[in-house]
Amino acid sequence: MNENIPLALEARKITKRFPGVVANNRVDFSLKKGEIHGLLGENGAGKSTLMNVIYGLYSADEGELFIDGEMVEINNPHDAIDLQIGMVHQHFMLVPVFSVTENIILGAEVMKGTTLDLNKARQDITRLSEGYGLKVDPRAIIEEIPVGVQQRVEILKALYRDANILVFDEPTAVLTPQEADDLFRIMRQLTEQGVSIVFITHKLREVMDVADRITVMRRGEVVGTTTPQEIDKRGLAEMMVGREVILEVEKDPASPAEPVLQVMNLSVNDERGMGIVHDISFEVRRGEILGIAGVQGNGQTEVVEALTGLRSPASGEFYLNGKEMPYGNPRKLIEAGLSHIPEDRQRHGLVMSYSVADNMVLCTYYESPFAKGLQRNKQAVLENAEKLIADFDVRTPGPMVHAGKLSGGNQQKVIVARELSRPVQLLLANQPTRGLDVGSIEYIHKRIIEERDNGAAVLFISAELDEIMSLADRIAVMYQGKIVSTLQVDQVTKAELGLLMAGSEV
Amino acid sequence: MDRSTFWKGFFRQQRPLIILGSIVVIVILYFYLTTPVITEAVLASAVRHATPLVLGAMCGLLGERAGIINIGIEGQMLLSAFIGFLVNAWSGNLLLAVFAGVAAGAVLGLLLAFMSVTLKIDQIIGGTVINIIAVGLTGYFYQAGLTTEGKLAPIALGKLAEIPIIGRPLFNNPPITYATIVLVFVVHYVLFYTRWGLRTRAVGEHPKAADTLGVNVYKIRYINVILGGAIAGLAGAFLTLEAVGSFERLMTNGRGFVALAVMIFGRWTPLGSWGAALLFGVTSAIQTQIQFAGVIDIPHQFIGMLPYLLTIIVLAGMVGKSRPPAADGIPYEKE
Repeated sequence: MNENIPLALEARKITKRFPGVVANNRVDFSLKKGEIHGLLGENGAGKSTLMNVIYGLYSADEGELFIDGEMVEINNPHDAIDLQIGMVHQHFMLVPVFSVTENIILGAEVMKGTTLDLNKARQDITRLSEGYGLKVDPRAIIEEIPVGVQQRVEILKALYRDANILVFDEPTAVLTPQEADDLFRIMRQLTEQGVSIVFITHKLREVMDVADRITVMRRGEVVGTTTPQEIDKRGLAEMMVGREVILEVEKDPASPAEPVLQVMNLSVNDERGMGIVHDISFEVRRGEILGIAGVQGNGQTEVVEALTGLRSPASGEFYLNGKEMPYGNPRKLIEAGLSHIPEDRQRHGLVMSYSVADNMVLCTYYESPFAKGLQRNKQAVLENAEKLIADFDVRTPGPMVHAGKLSGGNQQKVIVARELSRPVQLLLANQPTRGLDVGSIEYIHKRIIEERDNGAAVLFISAELDEIMSLADRIAVMYQGKIVSTLQVDQVTKAELGLLMAGSEV
Repeated sequence: MDRSTFWKGFFRQQRPLIILGSIVVIVILYFYLTTPVITEAVLASAVRHATPLVLGAMCGLLGERAGIINIGIEGQMLLSAFIGFLVNAWSGNLLLAVFAGVAAGAVLGLLLAFMSVTLKIDQIIGGTVINIIAVGLTGYFYQAGLTTEGKLAPIALGKLAEIPIIGRPLFNNPPITYATIVLVFVVHYVLFYTRWGLRTRAVGEHPKAADTLGVNVYKIRYINVILGGAIAGLAGAFLTLEAVGSFERLMTNGRGFVALAVMIFGRWTPLGSWGAALLFGVTSAIQTQIQFAGVIDIPHQFIGMLPYLLTIIVLAGMVGKSRPPAADGIPYEKE
């Protein structure tokens, strides 16, 4: 990019401390007018902290902010909005029961006397959305529209307030690949209209695809700023993690033995009694990884819930090591050798208000040595935690810290430690690397392959094609509640898999 | 809720109330044809029974729409009833007494807001504190034999009061009952048509979203809970200054809690709550009539249960899946 383009935003020597950590240490960051600036870093590297300082959600302990070359003070989101800064939050800041219009005008309402002028607001929004190619129905209720469209509403919310600096905080974390591509198109279009964009992510491919410049952060400090032309993915990953990273998963060919999990004619209904999984059968063998590929919402979650006892199937049966398993009895399944890494680690994987140590014995707390009769043996729980923290490299201030205080990657490690510290017959891993940084992903992949090589059967669910292709030995594609195809991983290309996931024949 | 979709949603949500209400209306019409005088009396009494309930419900829903659960409505009503009564007994001025009651409710609202917004105490405990304070204070300072200078009298609105069926119940009422009917529509307007209402509902559903757009969550919660308290105070004033004319120990008699049921049955909307309150009012009025007439030979305690039985049936069976505001009862903490 041209060196002479003026800066829309500059942050100089920003320092922000939280009790016990320096989240941002003398961070310098600049955003040129009309560019997309990728801000890359692992979870906990300080990207979101920096942007929250810029948006006025946190106040910096030290440092200066400049907008269009002038020094400014931003103490709350109101100041940021006044300075035409908008933020698209990772967890959307939308009221689910409100309409699109109501969400957009909230805090900047159009009035006719004392009454909200929703008609005028709707017209404004329609004009705005057509101008930027962000199609939305202003009357639609947020909770009834797809996530991708909700994100457009978030963007429109900022544009409605005349934002010309837009911060996207991990915007693709909740999107399907198609929706993500759509978002990138929108981002480019916005920069053409003069908007400057900060794009926070930890996905290498995305910054390489879409960013004009890339700033990498690690442990609260800026490692460097570069461009996609000057660096490749491997180099970026090294900057991010601080050491060499293996992007490709290294594994030996599988040597499958007898089946561990056999699923026969499984059908599952949703809460309203509508069929969501239709009569599927498959098996997973000892020493292999079966990947289930599919766009989210095609029944994968329900299959996992049925197999882990969290949801009773409508019909069908499943066998673990040849024994029929009961419905809806998680403890029986756990005792039979099932390990489960759930999709949503905060809701189903951990009790956030429990200590790391207690979370590590959630499945075994009632057994020796963690319990003696009715009494718990806290000493044993603590020793177990200390051992697992060391073995699985969980970065925590201590075993008694609440699980909710850890970063996403370390929370996932707590779950992995708990689930793999028992003898594993079948490992059920549902999106185990979602939202994690490169270092943690690498680690979890390695662990899963280790389990396979140690003789466990692994059922692995992911919405990311790259991940499925590199980790699985066999792939079952789910579409609209059915397994449409089961393939050896070396007999299929990514493009074919994409087509199968979209429901077409190859 | 957009306004166009609002009414669609409103009628869909209020289906149990509408069905039940329609049945009641048909029954009333039938009785009006056979015994017009008694029917009109029942209806007029229903409107007055409904008054403290819908006021209490509006107190509750103003708080809950902003994310604060108020189970101290009973206490707010009771203390306001007492203060209103005392001020009237001392000053002899009814209007001043009403304002004193409203102010007392508002002060208790402020207390609840302070506990739940600033101190972030569990809101159920905060409400219980208010109920205990009210019972304690009114019990301790209660003096037997104190009397008031009359009570608020009905004002007939000319020809309107002569309309068959609805004339007497709606247009021949004392002032607080009129004020209540007006308030129902005012609160409805404020909640669903104004900037304040939009922000209130946003704060009750997703306070962080409102905060990131520069809306002051704490201020909105404080003001709504205080306004709610003032409305509960009006309900208290109604009891001593308009309905009974004197104060008795624990005279609210569970109305504050029935009001919460009314609020839920009315799906956190003023109009729905009014409908639900009228339904309870009709049952209460019928119950009184049955006792007077002595037509049915069962102990009066059982007949007296009728409104409360209806509460249980309605809440357990008819309401179905109702959805309170998403952030209801959850203290908001800024990061």
